[in-house]
Amino acid sequence: MKRRKLEEAVVKALMIASLGLIVLCLAGILFVIVLRGARALSWDMIFQTPKGGYYLGKGGGVANAIVGSLYLTGGASIVALLLSLPIAFALQRESSSRAFARFTRLALDLLWGTPSIVYGAFGFVIMVFFGLRASLLGGIIALSLLMLPIMTRAMEEIIDMIPVQLKEVSYSLGATKIETTLAVVLRQALPGVVTAAMLAFGRGIGDAASILFTAGYTDYVPRSLFDPAASLPLAVFFQIGTPIPEVQERAYASALILLLVVLGVNLLSRLLSMRFSRHTIR
Amino acid sequence: MRGRRLIDYLASKSMRLTAIFVNSIAFLMIFGLYWKSRPLLALKSLTHLLTSDVWAPLSGKFGFYPFIVGTVEVTAIAMVFAVPTCLLAAIYLAEYSPRRFREGVRIVIDLMAGIPSVIYGLFGVIVIVPLVRDLGRALGRPTTGYTLLAGGVILAVMVAPIIVSVTVEVLRAVPMEARETSMALGITRWETVKHVLLRSSLHGVISAVVLGFARAFGETIAVLMVMGNVARTPHSVFDAAYSLPALIANNYGEMMSVPLYDSALMLAALILLVVVGGFHLAAHLALYRIEKRS
Repeated sequence: MKRRKLEEAVVKALMIASLGLIVLCLAGILFVIVLRGARALSWDMIFQTPKGGYYLGKGGGVANAIVGSLYLTGGASIVALLLSLPIAFALQRESSSRAFARFTRLALDLLWGTPSIVYGAFGFVIMVFFGLRASLLGGIIALSLLMLPIMTRAMEEIIDMIPVQLKEVSYSLGATKIETTLAVVLRQALPGVVTAAMLAFGRGIGDAASILFTAGYTDYVPRSLFDPAASLPLAVFFQIGTPIPEVQERAYASALILLLVVLGVNLLSRLLSMRFSRHTIR
Repeated sequence: MRGRRLIDYLASKSMRLTAIFVNSIAFLMIFGLYWKSRPLLALKSLTHLLTSDVWAPLSGKFGFYPFIVGTVEVTAIAMVFAVPTCLLAAIYLAEYSPRRFREGVRIVIDLMAGIPSVIYGLFGVIVIVPLVRDLGRALGRPTTGYTLLAGGVILAVMVAPIIVSVTVEVLRAVPMEARETSMALGITRWETVKHVLLRSSLHGVISAVVLGFARAFGETIAVLMVMGNVARTPHSVFDAAYSLPALIANNYGEMMSVPLYDSALMLAALILLVVVGGFHLAAHLALYRIEKRS
């Protein structure tokens, strides 16, 4: 009996140690990035584009990457939202068979797990096919493919949880499917839709591999869809790759900006979802 | 009335079409990547490409073997670190901790899953690489620190959120009665976990691990930043290595100027897609079955 109690205690201690280790890793990452980043962060980093000799340590900032990232991820979010809402609606019980819904869910889960570099490569194939060069548009295509499954799967799960009775009331009043969907389902699912969109936005803005050869990189803010676009993750990646310490410092600052954006989006999505849930019936 | 019917008809048809489109994306990707890698496959057989270890694009030699070994090994190292830690942590969260604590940790884990991989990579460059360099020196194996081991450690941290959250869900899906029955027999909590829970949710736990494996297998930027990227088959964990995703990401600049280079890189992407897709398919099918049962 004593041996069994001992085993229990030992395993439990190991478990707590493991959990502590994982949480400690997160804390360590946040600590290191904030500490190193804060030292190198300045207003110039946020509001200025790279000046001549920036990559040799001269003045400027990563405004091009910040704006580029917002354009890329914003554009991709809109495309993904326009595609994922109809898909999520189409998967409702009254619109498609269970087999079709299950197959689509599986397809979405597979897409979710597909490495982002594969989306980058596929985006490249599409661009070659249509004769596009590395541009904002190419980046948006690759990024929206990456964000689509994340957004759709999260939305579809929320919509699936809406009580059937609510829809039945609407149907019994003579509303058609699309009317019910827009007036009842969409409103009821709004907090979930917002959370799903923000979740995908947070994933998209941090992804580097998919836009590496589809969006390119430039020192300027893109003026049109066919201009190349810089992005924050790639700014971190390129700047840490140079041998010059001043430029590496800027990689830390860029990483801190990126981290703050991602954490901010995360926090905002929680707040918004609380806010929007006022309209839902429970 | 007719107008409303028509709108309804058009809306449901177009929604259906979007859903069919998303189902075809995977096939489109496989087809597109195959289409681009065909010029290379026409010249050399797939087995030759996969088993040859000479990577010299300028002389038209594309051997993927070092990259495949690099990818598999770095993923294996990550799993060695991550699996025991994550399973123990997940068991604690699912079986021991109070509900509120679990919810709190879930937020932390979600946060961790949301951190961009380039930031994990940066953390690796700042912290893990120097640590590995010191460790190598202490063991009499001088390295730069940019090694297979550094990549494995970073990947282990990156896959932790997936393995933990899926395992917690799988364990929570086991009916309460199973626990009560075994505890009523005077068995301790850990023994319940060991003999009852892990046995009945084995498929789910394996799926969690497979999902983590697939994530690590396809991870690009973080691995690219800490592994040194030398196109040679690594012989120890203190050697630099090169993974398939890193290979694609690192050479996009030159790929248009060297013949067949783009084909080779697209083939690498195709291999990644098929391997990771296969793992995901197996894991998700197992998880659906568990979901249906509970």
